[in-house]
Amino acid sequence: IKYKKKKKEWQTATTIIAVEFNGGVVLGSDSRVSAGETVVNRVMNKLSLLHDKIYCALSGSAADAQTIAEMVNYQLDVHSIEIGEDPQVRSAATLVKNISYKYKEELSAHLIVAGWDRRGGGQVFVTLNGLLSRQPFAVGGSGSSYVYGFVDAEYQKGMSKEDCQQFVVNTISLAMSRDGSSGGVAYLVTIDEKGAEEKCILGNELPTFYDQ
Amino acid sequence: MAACMSANRSENAFSANDLVPEWAQEEVSTGTTIMAVEFDGGVVIGADSRTTTGAYIANRVTDKLTPIHDHIFCCRPGSAADTQAVADAVTYQLGFHSIELDEPPLVQTAANLFKQMCYRYREELMAGIIVAGWDKRKGGQVYTVPMGGMIVRQPVSVGGSGSSYIYGFMDSNYKPGMTKEECLHFCTQALTLAMERDGSSGGVARLAAITEDGVERRVVLGNQLPKFSNV
Repeated sequence: IKYKKKKKEWQTATTIIAVEFNGGVVLGSDSRVSAGETVVNRVMNKLSLLHDKIYCALSGSAADAQTIAEMVNYQLDVHSIEIGEDPQVRSAATLVKNISYKYKEELSAHLIVAGWDRRGGGQVFVTLNGLLSRQPFAVGGSGSSYVYGFVDAEYQKGMSKEDCQQFVVNTISLAMSRDGSSGGVAYLVTIDEKGAEEKCILGNELPTFYDQ
Repeated sequence: MAACMSANRSENAFSANDLVPEWAQEEVSTGTTIMAVEFDGGVVIGADSRTTTGAYIANRVTDKLTPIHDHIFCCRPGSAADTQAVADAVTYQLGFHSIELDEPPLVQTAANLFKQMCYRYREELMAGIIVAGWDKRKGGQVYTVPMGGMIVRQPVSVGGSGSSYIYGFMDSNYKPGMTKEECLHFCTQALTLAMERDGSSGGVARLAAITEDGVERRVVLGNQLPKFSNV
C-alpha cells in the first residue's frame, strides 16, 4: 500500500503591519511559514528589503511574495541608478502594484510597501489585488482580521517613533495569540532619515495579555 | 425562507424564480456581533442589530438578546432557525426545572441544557450559543457553547461573524475586576469597532446588564456610538 503525501503550497499566512510616524515608518511581522498544518519555517523574516530605506512586508503565498519582492528590488536598483538618487517610496509601491495587477489571476500574495524618502517622509502603501493606496497604517495577512478592532481603537495620529514600535509589537502579539497561522517571533524594522534598523523580539519577550 | 445568523449556507430550494425578487431568494443571514462580559455582581451582554438577506438589510433594529429566564439570557449566532428552536426548547425545560426546584435556575444548568442539545444534534445543527446570566451561587457567569457542543466558562466571550475583528481589542482591553459601567463601555466600544469592519453587523448597539436586581436594557443609537480617530 503506497501512502501518498499531498503537497501543500507554502503559505506565509501571516500578520503584517506598517505604521507611519512623523519622520519615518515602522514595519512589523510574525515569523511563521506553514504548509497546511505543518510549520515549515518558524523564524522567517517577512520584512524584505527593496532599497536602503524602503522595505516591504510579505503575506500570502511565500513563493509569489518573495518573487515579487526580488523582481522589484532589481527594478528599483536600475531605476535609482538611472535617476541618480534614492527612489521614492511611491515608485517602489507602483512597481509592486504593476506586477500584482498584471498577474493578479496567477499570483496570490499581498505586499505592504513602506519606507522613507526625502520628498514625502514616512509613507505606507497597500497594493492588495493590484490597487495602490497610501494609508497612515495598514495591516495584512490572515492574522489581521483579529486585530482590526484593536488597531482602529488604538491608532492615534501623531504617535512618536517609540509609540509606533510599541503599537506594532502589541498588534503582532495579539494577532499571533489568536491566529493559528501566525506565530514565532516578531520582526520589527524602523526606517527613518538615518536608515533602517532591524530588530527581532523573541517569543518570551512579547507583551502578554490577561489570559496568558 | 430559513433565517440564518452567520456565514452563508447555500441551500436554496427555489432557484431562478421570477416571482420573487433576487434578494428574496438569498439565504437570510444575520451575520452578527455578540459579546458577553462578567463583572463582580453580574454580566453585561451586547449585540448589534442587523439582519441581512444577501445585500438587503431585512431588519436594522433586530433584538438579538433572548431571555431564557428572568436572570439568564442567551446570544445566538449561527442558523437562526436552529438556534431559535434550541432556545425555545431550553426555555421550556428550564422553566419546568425551576418550578420543580422552587427557586431560580443556575446559569450553569441553562448552559448545560444548551450543550446537551447542541452536542446530541451536532451534525444537524449549526448553532453556537453564548449563555450569560446571574445566579445566587456563583454570581455573574458567561458560558460559551460553540458549534459541536463544547461548554466552557469564560470571563469574556465574543461570537458571530463580526467577532473575528475584535479578538485583538478584547484581549488587550479586558481587565478582570471591571465595574458594571466599565463593562458597558467596553462592550459598546467593541461592538462599534466590529460594526465598522463587518458588513454583516451594524445598526444600533443593544446592551443588557443582568444583576441580582434584574435586567437593565440599554440601546446606543448609531450617532451616539463612540468614534475612533481614523474610522
